[in-house]
Amino acid sequence: MLTGLTLTEARAGLAARKFSARELAQAHLDAIGRLNTQLNAYITVISEQDVLAAADAADARYASGDARLMDGLPVGVKDLFCTKGVKTTAASKILANFVPPYESSVTARLLEAGSVFLGKTNLDEFAMGSANITSAFGSVLNPWKRQGDDSALVPGGSSGGSAAAVAAGLALAATGTDTGGSIRQPAAFCGIVGLKPTYGRCSRWGTIAFASSLDQAGPMTRSVADAGLMLEAMAGFDEKDSTSSNRPVPEFSKAVGKSVKGLRVGIPAEYRAPGMPEEIAKMWEQGIAWLREAGCEVVDVSLPHTKYGLATYYIIAPAECSSNLARYDGIRFGERKDAATLDGIYERTRAEGFGQEVRNRILMGTYVLSAGYYDAYYLKAQKVRTLIKRDFVQAFEQVDVLLTPTAPSAAFAQGENMDDPVQMYLNDIFTVPASMAGVPAMSVPVGLDSRGLPLGLQIIGRHFDEETVLSVGGALEAAAGFAHKPALHAEAGV
Amino acid sequence: MSYVIEGKTGSWEIVVGLEVHAQVVSKSKLFSGASTTFGAEPNSQVSLIDAAFPGMLPVINKECVVQAVRTGLGLNARINLESRFDRKNYFYADLPQGYQISQFAHPIVGEGTIEIELSSGETRKIGITRLHMEQDAGKLIHDQDPTKSMVDLNRAGVALMEIVSEPDIREPEEAGAYLRKLRQILRYLGTCDGNMEEGSMRADVNVSVRKAGEPFRTRCEIKNVNSIRFVMQAIEVEAARQVEIWENGGEVDQETRLFDAARGETRTMRSKEDAHDYRYFPDPDLLPLVIEQGWVDALKAALPELPDAKRTRFQSDYGIPFYDAGVLVAEQSVADFYETIAKGRDGKLAVSWVTGDLFAALNRTGKTIETSPVSAEALGKMLDLIADGTINGKIAKEVFEDMVETGEGPDAIVEKKGLRQVTDTGVIDAAIDAVMAKNADKVTEYRSGKDKLFGFFVGQVMKETKGKANPALVNDALKAKLDG
Repeated sequence: MLTGLTLTEARAGLAARKFSARELAQAHLDAIGRLNTQLNAYITVISEQDVLAAADAADARYASGDARLMDGLPVGVKDLFCTKGVKTTAASKILANFVPPYESSVTARLLEAGSVFLGKTNLDEFAMGSANITSAFGSVLNPWKRQGDDSALVPGGSSGGSAAAVAAGLALAATGTDTGGSIRQPAAFCGIVGLKPTYGRCSRWGTIAFASSLDQAGPMTRSVADAGLMLEAMAGFDEKDSTSSNRPVPEFSKAVGKSVKGLRVGIPAEYRAPGMPEEIAKMWEQGIAWLREAGCEVVDVSLPHTKYGLATYYIIAPAECSSNLARYDGIRFGERKDAATLDGIYERTRAEGFGQEVRNRILMGTYVLSAGYYDAYYLKAQKVRTLIKRDFVQAFEQVDVLLTPTAPSAAFAQGENMDDPVQMYLNDIFTVPASMAGVPAMSVPVGLDSRGLPLGLQIIGRHFDEETVLSVGGALEAAAGFAHKPALHAEAGV
Repeated sequence: MSYVIEGKTGSWEIVVGLEVHAQVVSKSKLFSGASTTFGAEPNSQVSLIDAAFPGMLPVINKECVVQAVRTGLGLNARINLESRFDRKNYFYADLPQGYQISQFAHPIVGEGTIEIELSSGETRKIGITRLHMEQDAGKLIHDQDPTKSMVDLNRAGVALMEIVSEPDIREPEEAGAYLRKLRQILRYLGTCDGNMEEGSMRADVNVSVRKAGEPFRTRCEIKNVNSIRFVMQAIEVEAARQVEIWENGGEVDQETRLFDAARGETRTMRSKEDAHDYRYFPDPDLLPLVIEQGWVDALKAALPELPDAKRTRFQSDYGIPFYDAGVLVAEQSVADFYETIAKGRDGKLAVSWVTGDLFAALNRTGKTIETSPVSAEALGKMLDLIADGTINGKIAKEVFEDMVETGEGPDAIVEKKGLRQVTDTGVIDAAIDAVMAKNADKVTEYRSGKDKLFGFFVGQVMKETKGKANPALVNDALKAKLDG
């Protein structure tokens, strides 16, 4: 079935003319038509006409023998990337009807590589959330179900729409963005691969900002090789983003399948959090055993400032968000609520335009930057961030990668964890430190828990060493042989 | 101190520091490629970055950095090889991002000095605390609609340099001299056009008063004063207001005030309680700005000659007085005009023509040195005609007026009007003979000892030759004939 392929398989099938890009695109549009109402993975689906036109252009290039890296591959785009002429909402009411007159650098590269965009995937509002329940366009449903239990599960967040779409066969792959775990945690919850590259690897230009010093785009795919392929298409220096790196982009897909023999894998003691579910601990042990069998040397390491990661993150990210979101004032674009005074316009527009979680974070961020609190919160957090980064740099003097669980639990049900925001924030406990340090990290699905839900392990690498992360991820993937499909899937029951 | 306010309780001195916002001369804005031309259609020079569309990111414009560093060098200031950009957060309709990108903690330029000259001829050094780069805001227009305000973002994102002085200023006159000198330096450097009317240079004035020898008292900041005269007035009235408060047992509140030129008073704009909390923090979209000493040195080597140096050089190169040199260097265009004329000619004669006849003509015709009807080359050529005896000084005045009127060159005018000086001794002798014949009685008087009449004869001969006779030749020949 065309909707069940990996990017790599589909690319080969297209090149061999086993099927056309048009057929591939049509199969995905059909799947979206059947399942999106239930999953709510897409906020906007691009018109059939436009999708098929892009597919036809790809077919023409295959026919003339000059197909590109991602030619004809149907992908979903997180609705945080501005797409020219296609509504871009950040899952917020305040941008409910915003149609950008420009294309983000990352999506421009994907288009240039021949990708066929299917639509804009749902997310937590402005990428703030870990369960995809803060979207103004409704929650996304995780296509997985617990065995014998029909509860609606969350797909994780914030890139939950992308994760659900890829898992359920509504896209071969999708873009995500990761600020504190927003690619990796939903990838783990939905049983797919999610790679957060090194900060600076992908341009942030044209991607709606949440926390500028942390935001990073990355691929969400069905295989590790796919993640390499898609990252290759997304990454690269962009003079329009002062924080983008001018390092050359390696052929990432070639890193997968390389022997990991002799690589040193660090196991950070501090990630053995008290209260970690038995099944997560077991899966982690299993991962360690697989890598040892593949020839890796396993080393215990320490990242002593890990315990401050979450607290620090929840100062720095809201601080940046409070400033980044100031531009949504109703004056130049987006939704405006009129009032008699300028302050009235601001108050009504922002109170009605932003959801509760976004408002919470703006308030937190405003507070920690305020006179009298700046030193105690923001400045202190920046100092701790430096220490967290140093932890990683020092650990990478001893080891090549780190292996940890991606999330402290499998997907939970809608309604669970929702009374207490701090409980919700704990979802990011294993993913946040790599974000704070800016190092690359990938979640790979390695197995199911006792209730049949996928679990992921996280591989963290050195700055700009995505290749080693991909190699180790490939080894883990091969050992785990994860081939499970969710309950809701384009191919199920057809 | 020469400037004191005499109060009921004794003398008060004033303490003033200035924060000048100078719009950087650059083709495009500080962080975007949009044009900076003044006076374009509203919102025609706005990029997506300036309008703060979602996902837009700032990228520093190197040209603006060059200008800031050159300005720092012109102010004899320390250049910081690493500086940073911060966000200053506040909401206003003319501020699209909801924050201004500025340099708060780590400015690009540190301490420097400006030397000012007062009308007494005395000079003083005023310290510069810092210079930093920041974005300008847009403009609100309130008179287009009865109920709505309009926003013009053409200016949003244009680079500003904020130049902060030490509280070294003790007189309104010093504030005026400081601003004039700063403007002069900026214009020489070409880093700001210094046009206060168009708002490309604006001053915030910090004023406090104290008794001699006291530490500083509370200051008030008067925002956005837009002419040098108003700055001086605002200092006077604000200082007087503060003295009155202190002397009546009150307390001056630290606050932001506005100067109302029409009513000659300052008024509260924002009290301390309403002061914004700008929540400054480092802009995560921009890396620290790192420049190299070698690059700074190259900029320094390429700086134009600044007014103080030029003035000294004019004095020695052209042998003109310090005062005249000061008048010439006040505007670079005047200095250049002068130098074009003076080079290889009589510098003193050149300065008298430029600051005398030329300035008078410009004044009369409402022109500037840039639009002068007489070019420096033409005026130079006229001085050559004087030097080589083609015309004399008196005829030169006539030629010059003709040049102002017609824009023609001095040669053409001399030819056309036949103003060439008469050096033919035969013609001069004939004129003398005619004058002596007509005034036989005066000749007798002269010869009997009334030698004051010599001037009369010179005048008559000049009249006879329509002013064109070479005065020296006339003198010699007349003397010989009268005495003979």
